[in-house]
Amino acid sequence: MAIAAELKNITKTYGDKTVLESVNLQIREGEILALLGPNGSGKTTILKILALIENPTYGELKILGETVTAKNTEKIRMLTSLVFQKTTVFTTSVYNNVVYGLKIRRTPKELRDFEVKKALELVKLEGFENRPAKKLSGGEQQRVAIARALALKPKLLLLDEPTANLDPKNASILEDVIATVNREMKTTIVLATHNMFQAKALPQRIALINDGRITEIGEPAEVFNKLSTNLVSFAAVENTFKGNAYATEEGTTIISVDNGVEVETTTQKNGEVTFFINPQDIILSETALRSSARNVFKGKITEISDLGAIVKLKVDVGTFFIVQITKRSFVEMGLNLDTEVYVAFKASSVQVL
Amino acid sequence: MVDIIGGITKALELIATGDPTLYGIVYRSLLFSGIAIILATLWGTPIAMVLSLKDFRGKNLVKALFNSLIGIPTVVLGLVLYLIFSKGGPLGPLDLLYTPGAIILGEAILVTPILVSITTSAIEAVDPEIMSLAKTLGANESQASIAVLKEAVNGVLLSNIASFNRAIAELGVALMVGGNIAGLTDVLTTAVSRYTARGELDLAIALGIILMVIVFMINAIVIMARKAKWLVTIWRRAPD
Repeated sequence: MAIAAELKNITKTYGDKTVLESVNLQIREGEILALLGPNGSGKTTILKILALIENPTYGELKILGETVTAKNTEKIRMLTSLVFQKTTVFTTSVYNNVVYGLKIRRTPKELRDFEVKKALELVKLEGFENRPAKKLSGGEQQRVAIARALALKPKLLLLDEPTANLDPKNASILEDVIATVNREMKTTIVLATHNMFQAKALPQRIALINDGRITEIGEPAEVFNKLSTNLVSFAAVENTFKGNAYATEEGTTIISVDNGVEVETTTQKNGEVTFFINPQDIILSETALRSSARNVFKGKITEISDLGAIVKLKVDVGTFFIVQITKRSFVEMGLNLDTEVYVAFKASSVQVL
Repeated sequence: MVDIIGGITKALELIATGDPTLYGIVYRSLLFSGIAIILATLWGTPIAMVLSLKDFRGKNLVKALFNSLIGIPTVVLGLVLYLIFSKGGPLGPLDLLYTPGAIILGEAILVTPILVSITTSAIEAVDPEIMSLAKTLGANESQASIAVLKEAVNGVLLSNIASFNRAIAELGVALMVGGNIAGLTDVLTTAVSRYTARGELDLAIALGIILMVIVFMINAIVIMARKAKWLVTIWRRAPD
């Protein structure tokens, strides 16, 4: 299979700090590759190096067979496009945002208009051309950012946590777009994420990254199977846990985690297992709910991250759960640090790897 | 006792009847200050872009220098420029002294520190990701810098207005290198001082009123334009 991009022994340091250490990675043409790892593991740096906006300290980078040098950087940069995790839009209309790269490429006006229209349709923002981009919601702005990259038909599309700060509706629109673009336009996509759920569903291959090194690479099933042996690197990925599983008489499985926390799952397994729970699958309440959810824990909020339309909470129930709720629920429930809450999720939401 | 009321009445009459001497002075003031701002923008904006977007040794020192030069007394600058433009000075052969060129150049130099300082802070306030963003969309170094400059448009406009106000209201430079020659190099401020000294208070008051009106009007237009956004929209037609 042809290689879209290749990192050979890439090391990146900022002062004394080594962010990437001898990274070797081949990205195959037409694939979606997910870079999965905790925050600060080096995912963004790999993307910035692939987008040619950061230079590696050592090592060689090849894009579509051509070795990147100071001379050809600007030319090769035209083949890639990076969408940042933090949504950034120019202070102008949606149209002007999306058309920017096409103007740089001196695309004729009619073709420009056509490409802008098509890109906006793809992200379901048709008719938004004249709206000021900064006045849109966070999710819509991120869709503008994706449309802006797609309009350029890049050979290599780089997405840094594209859905991390989005509400579920916008996130699912974007996941659809990513899958469609890869399928129909055969665009090679590299996607950084710390969302296990996304990593399992979208990509053909996954590279696990920890502390600036690639620790594992392969197809999702293969990587997730190996994950338990390589678990140390995954402690910091959202809601990923290791525990001891034993079957119950009802046919479910109980997994005991840290500090006496026991999680029930519908998957049948015994022995040491790794599992994760999508933060969106967890319900947060002020009192213990009478519901069908098999897993209910009482805990305290220890961390609050405001992500615009949604709020991410870290809840200590003996072990830490990351819970994602809308800003509105957050405000209505009057939540704060140290607020006592209950977290609940169904046994079927526990995904055993 | 000076007849203040009579002076003001006469002044309003001169303004209303379109007195040619009066409007000649107004025209020169606007023209000289306007060209001075264009010149200062031409060399000041690139300086501000380098100061805000590039890293080099002594950068903070240069910024501090521009900041402190904002307050330079106009007579001191006028004196320095006089020495430079006068016969024995380094630019003596150009014969600029007591010409409109000397005033324009002098005012452009005078406002450069204001223009550079305000534009620099405005560009520094732009989201640092804009530069990278433009590059990921294919922009080269200078196209990306222009994208950043466009994000700083409000600050850039503000720096132009502040500079224009300083240029049109200053006296020292225009007087010392322009010579206050009637009909050639006299501008609003220098003419006010001349007519006051001569006791022609009606003309002096009329010029004073016009100077104040111009300064207020420019600021009002800017405030309205920022509200109406039209000026900003014109500037921001698709970033190239």
